[in-house]
Amino acid sequence: MSVLLRPLVSVAAALVEAWGEVRVHRARVVLSLVGVFLAVFAMTTITAVGGMGRQLLGESFERSSGRPATLQVNAYPDGAVTAGSTERVVAVLREAAERHDVRWSGLVSGGSAPVVVRFAAGAQTVQLTGVDAAYGVMHRVAPESGRWFTAADEEAFSPRLVVNGAFAERVGFDGSAPATVVLGGERPVRATVVGVVSPPYSDPAVPSGFVLNSAAAAWGLVDPAWSGPPSLELWVPEADAEALTALLQSEVQAALPGTSVSVWRADAGGELGVLDLVLAYGVRGVGVFALLLGGIGVLNVGLVTVRQRIREIGVRRSFGATSGRVFCAVLLESVAATAAAGALAVALSVALVSNAPLELLLPAGLTLTDVPAYPVAAAVEGFLAATAVGALAGLVPAVVAVRAQVVDAIRY
Amino acid sequence: MSALSLRGVGRRVALPGGGHLDILTGVDLDVASGEHVAVVGRSGSGKSTLLNIVGLLDRPTSGQYLLDGRPTAELSARRTARLRGATFGFVFQQFNLLPGRTATENVAAPLLYGSPGEFLARRATARAVLERVGLGERLDALPEKLSGGEQQRVALARSLVRRPRVLLADEPTGALDVDTGAAVMDVLEELVREDGTTLVTITHDLSVAARADRQFRLDHGVLSELRPGSVADLTAHRETV
Repeated sequence: MSVLLRPLVSVAAALVEAWGEVRVHRARVVLSLVGVFLAVFAMTTITAVGGMGRQLLGESFERSSGRPATLQVNAYPDGAVTAGSTERVVAVLREAAERHDVRWSGLVSGGSAPVVVRFAAGAQTVQLTGVDAAYGVMHRVAPESGRWFTAADEEAFSPRLVVNGAFAERVGFDGSAPATVVLGGERPVRATVVGVVSPPYSDPAVPSGFVLNSAAAAWGLVDPAWSGPPSLELWVPEADAEALTALLQSEVQAALPGTSVSVWRADAGGELGVLDLVLAYGVRGVGVFALLLGGIGVLNVGLVTVRQRIREIGVRRSFGATSGRVFCAVLLESVAATAAAGALAVALSVALVSNAPLELLLPAGLTLTDVPAYPVAAAVEGFLAATAVGALAGLVPAVVAVRAQVVDAIRY
Repeated sequence: MSALSLRGVGRRVALPGGGHLDILTGVDLDVASGEHVAVVGRSGSGKSTLLNIVGLLDRPTSGQYLLDGRPTAELSARRTARLRGATFGFVFQQFNLLPGRTATENVAAPLLYGSPGEFLARRATARAVLERVGLGERLDALPEKLSGGEQQRVALARSLVRRPRVLLADEPTGALDVDTGAAVMDVLEELVREDGTTLVTITHDLSVAARADRQFRLDHGVLSELRPGSVADLTAHRETV
């Protein structure tokens, strides 16, 4: 028991001793740690804010282009587009998605089809995009009110619509009660508005919206001759993206002779990769440089302090302190001080970033669906960096302390 | 068997300009357990060096030093440090209290290097020893708020907190006035007597040396014993000390 207890107690005693030094010399310690504190605070805060910025940018990309990795398959007949050729393309694309057992996939109409909508104020042509329900998840759609399409909407007896703010305003939909509107066409049908969103790349002042592909086909809302065949989107693991791209290209092309097939990765993984590099190396590089400068301050003060404390070190040697213990105590003083500064800096950064009114800081029209929590990695990184700087800055004073001759130290 | 035994101990140091200086030469000294001996001598006669060697803070360059009959020359630095902390208590002329720490923290400091039991009970132990030296009311006082006599009593408590077998006092009253010095010596002697601690005192003060069971004179690195209890000898040396 004592064999195990002694090393533990030695460590505890060394920590108590080091903390005692930090406490007694707190004014000196605080002054020496200003640089480390500011460096850690800046590094962790910028990393955290950068992470949130990345999330914001990522969500923005995902709303328009899909989540990483989203593959888009386009198949366009070389001749005239007819209802038959479109049906054939749709069948092949759906079959391809099922064959590869992709959980999240869906068809998106090639272009927004003009549909006559009979608003109370008068009929108006509105651009509707045909989608599958999975589009909501794949494009991180966050309804401002109401909801996105569900699987039950596929079986509904009338079309369901998710529209933009201008459309919702014209039919008086605010999410609290359903609103209906008659859609024109060969067979007029009363559609139900179930949600309001802000579609990317669309004028918010002009009514537009989404309709399920199944409903568009059932009620003839979208003319394939006008919009062309739909595209297939598949949300696949990033590791499989490259192989699947090549596979789909050959499979779909083989199944659709006389059709131009193209498959590519539609999400913005590459552009976010550049941002990740900037965050990883740019921000960290500046932070590490600032930390090193702070560490030099700690080293300077540590050296001066050790020389002033030679007598005290000699007295501790008379108590039975070994060279190793003196080394550890001086080193731990530096480590304990910078670790405390690092913890304080991280705590302040967490408090600031977590409570900052991000919605006020975002540009108008931008929303953050998944507000990221303060990145734990940034906090841990900042704390460890501060501790490491303390260890480095404490090495030289610790060596000086150990080299002091006990007899001279007491007499000094 | 002697608690401390020095046989022909010498200490030589190299001089910066070449050559060397013999600080101690052929020192023979036996101190029995529980005995109180005093060493007097001029400044620079080697008294502190002798005390440092006895307290394992320094090593002799010749001769042999036996502690409880065991040679100390072959001990590793680590073992020496542990043995020093467990065996010796030091009282310095300038007190050498740790600045910024309370009396309790100062007295508890040596227990940071002790056994797990000593470490865990350090505060209670420190308070108990401070009570013994009459500083029960000044437990939380900082050194700079204490008088010279009180500071030396804190240093005394600190030297005794690990219950050392040997207490080494280097000019314990050197920084105190006569009355305060006598009072501190009274406390010191009472405590070592109660605990059966061996006491080696180095002093300029003949009245302090006279309190010892035996007195030694160190002159140019050579140690010689004075006749037991000879006030006349002490007085005769007053002019040379």
